[in-house]
Amino acid sequence: MKIRGRAITVGDNIDTDQIIPAVYLTSTDPAELAKHCLEGYDEEFPSKIKEGDILVAGENFGCGSSREHAPWAIKGAGIQCIIAKSFARIFFRNAINIGLPIVECPEGLEAEDGDEIEVDFEEGKVRNISKGKECKTQSFPPFLQEIIDAGGLIGYARRRLSG
Amino acid sequence: MTIAERIISSKVGKEVHSDEFVMARVDLVLANDITAPLAIKEFQKMGAKKVFDGSKIVLVPDHYTPCKDVQSAENVRLMREFAREQGVIFYEIGRGGIEHTLLPDEGLVLPGDLVVGADSHTCTYGAISSFATGVGSTDAAFAMAFGEIWLRVPKTMRFIYYGVLQPFVEGKDLILYTIGKIGVDGARYKAMEFCGEVISKLSMADRFTMSNMAIEAGGKTGLIPVDQITIDYLKGRAKREYPIIELGDADEIVEIDCSQIEPQVACPFSPANVKPVKELTHIRIDQVVIGSCTNGRLEDLRRAARILKGKKVHPDVRLIVIPATQRIWEESLKEGLLDIFSSAGAVVSPPTCGPCLGGHMGVLGKGERAVATTNRNFPGRMGHKDSEVYLANPSVAAASAIKGRIAHPEEVI
Repeated sequence: MKIRGRAITVGDNIDTDQIIPAVYLTSTDPAELAKHCLEGYDEEFPSKIKEGDILVAGENFGCGSSREHAPWAIKGAGIQCIIAKSFARIFFRNAINIGLPIVECPEGLEAEDGDEIEVDFEEGKVRNISKGKECKTQSFPPFLQEIIDAGGLIGYARRRLSG
Repeated sequence: MTIAERIISSKVGKEVHSDEFVMARVDLVLANDITAPLAIKEFQKMGAKKVFDGSKIVLVPDHYTPCKDVQSAENVRLMREFAREQGVIFYEIGRGGIEHTLLPDEGLVLPGDLVVGADSHTCTYGAISSFATGVGSTDAAFAMAFGEIWLRVPKTMRFIYYGVLQPFVEGKDLILYTIGKIGVDGARYKAMEFCGEVISKLSMADRFTMSNMAIEAGGKTGLIPVDQITIDYLKGRAKREYPIIELGDADEIVEIDCSQIEPQVACPFSPANVKPVKELTHIRIDQVVIGSCTNGRLEDLRRAARILKGKKVHPDVRLIVIPATQRIWEESLKEGLLDIFSSAGAVVSPPTCGPCLGGHMGVLGKGERAVATTNRNFPGRMGHKDSEVYLANPSVAAASAIKGRIAHPEEVI
């Protein structure tokens, strides 16, 4: 599977307080959380996001708290995939569990806001079409791929419950 | 094998090693008033009807409690109803407190346990050799339904602390120094282990403080082997038998000479932005918070009271003291600590996470600066995005409250 979208970029060590400030955590509604997606990083960020954007981040994306509201806010905002040099571990599992596509790209994809990005999940590559750059992504072990293929842990659990 | 490998292997039912992905049995599942409502929603979406074992699930309303607004009250109502319907353990306010202080104090977590909590600071229980780690709400929902969690067995990064501690150097300073040394992702995906002659002499309170902040270095948990101090702490609390977890192998070893470490402060906006307190005594402050799952234990409050006894909080500063649990609140009252705080001009809050995450009970306004014994100082963490948090130990926090600026405890004692 391949997806394409417009790049929207952030730096290193973006913590979950910046992704969704604690004041909004009384809500569990992705659409409501999306209105404040990355507001702690940049107040204008929610208005910059367009449906189908691809978030390009640096090291340790999603560090800090375990709040699943963070990947939900990103998913709710219509971001279709996150590319990062690395993810903090709880954010990593939360994204997999809720079916938010993420790819880890240790060498880092050079990108500016607005660049056209392609993610090729099968081939394990991400491309910046606008800049003519390409880099490899880490593949998921079969165990995680099974959860991803089920659309997340909920789908995986449903399959298990229906036996 | 490492401690992490041994504990996880015992929950998988076969020997497993680092980097393997496994489905492991859990001994305890935890969620709070921020993460439980989402977990309950996901539990229902899975089509699950009944939790795997109500006696192994704990719901603790602590972040926005006593409920700060209607929405938070609705969230706790949902938790209460779910707890009643499913027969899981629920700690009402006035009988509970901050989850990570409460659970080990109540004897619910023991050495050798595998604990998952929908809160990143679940790693705190590593201090009693429990493989305890923070997960998301969907993970918690899955664990509530099946009693299992998917894990990648982590590699182990061991920290050996040696030397003699300087006055006023506490567990908080050791962990801040460590995070400063390795960075906020220095232990990413790894189990941290704390040991050595310094740790062997450290109180349980200090050990919990250290393990609590393993996540601030990206760690999955912060393990400390069981010794006499652990056994003494668990006496009268443990209601089950538990294994004596001893040191095993490690993938990586870091040695830290503690003799040179002074009290440390983590400056905005990263727990790794650490400096000795003496370099920061020019920084004026508006608020001090003493509490949280990191430093809200009785020993922490005693340290703060020792500094504050007979003194006054600086006129330009608000001091907020938050005993972590109801029991600690009661003990503080009996020991006269609350009187010392109140006489000094502090406000004593009921147990809550409150201001630590900018929730309530002492949120910062624009441009305001706080010294806090909490665990994070990210942008906007305690309130306005242009406010600042400096992380320190309770003695430094108390001294700073008196001076109206960041201060070394020696300046006031």
